[in-house]
Amino acid sequence: MKAKVLIRPKEGILDPQGKAVERALPALGFEGIHEVRVGRLVELETDDPAKLEALCEKLLANTLIEDYEIVEDGE
Amino acid sequence: MIGVVQFPGSCDERDAVSAAERIGDTRLVWHEETDLAGLNGVIVPGGFSYGDYLRAGAIARFSPAMEAVARFAADGGPVLGICNGFQVLCEAGLLPGALLPNEGLRFICRQVELVAEDFGGPFGAQLTAGKTLSVPIKHMTGRYFAPEDELDRLTAGGQIALRYAPGQNPNGSLRDIAGVTNEAGNVLGLMPHPEHAVDPLTGSDDGLALFRALLAAPQSVAA
Repeated sequence: MKAKVLIRPKEGILDPQGKAVERALPALGFEGIHEVRVGRLVELETDDPAKLEALCEKLLANTLIEDYEIVEDGE
Repeated sequence: MIGVVQFPGSCDERDAVSAAERIGDTRLVWHEETDLAGLNGVIVPGGFSYGDYLRAGAIARFSPAMEAVARFAADGGPVLGICNGFQVLCEAGLLPGALLPNEGLRFICRQVELVAEDFGGPFGAQLTAGKTLSVPIKHMTGRYFAPEDELDRLTAGGQIALRYAPGQNPNGSLRDIAGVTNEAGNVLGLMPHPEHAVDPLTGSDDGLALFRALLAAPQSVAA
């Protein structure tokens, strides 16, 4: 199975990267864009999808500071 | 004997060895080593272990040496994590909290003033509460974070070891925290680099005190 894991800074945690992107947007003519958060995308193929969640908890995300979401990649 | 863990991507292990040698015999511990018998204390040094891929310290925590360090710490051995070493210890769950990218998104390299808190364990025994230390920082991911209730618990339990001096918080760390210990007090992690502050020639020898704690404990036999 192919999957994507989306990892984001947890809500309420200051994301300076998102803020920096947000601040740059008006200068480029992109108005009205708010609440920008920058995260990570991990693409993978797995033979054992049942273990994906454990993999996220143990390695891909630090759940103290990040939320993750597993998205199955339809072929 | 003091051991300094060396990961691929470590870069401050030699300075850590040189600093620790001022206190006593010191050797490097390669990341594949699992036998820490004979060590009195362990340093997890600064650098960019395994490239800091994914998150700072996230991959190093799974190295064989870190599993040995976790056992060493559980047996009460003193462990000092510096900068990347602090990040590794947090990822490994040996210390509470996490380190996030600096608020200003920049790599910061400069001398900072720290204030020692009233904290326990072998490291706390070396520092008087309220003492100020001049130690350099050099990091991009040093913003200490823990949930508010956890911060309250750490404060009440005397686990906050060092704070940046008032008005000098360089990275947005919550409650100006520069270093914390585990509950037992035998594991200390801090973002500033005490191994770069061991000789007045280079500005300060305030960092030496922390290395003394590594030899204060009896030698480990198992691990």
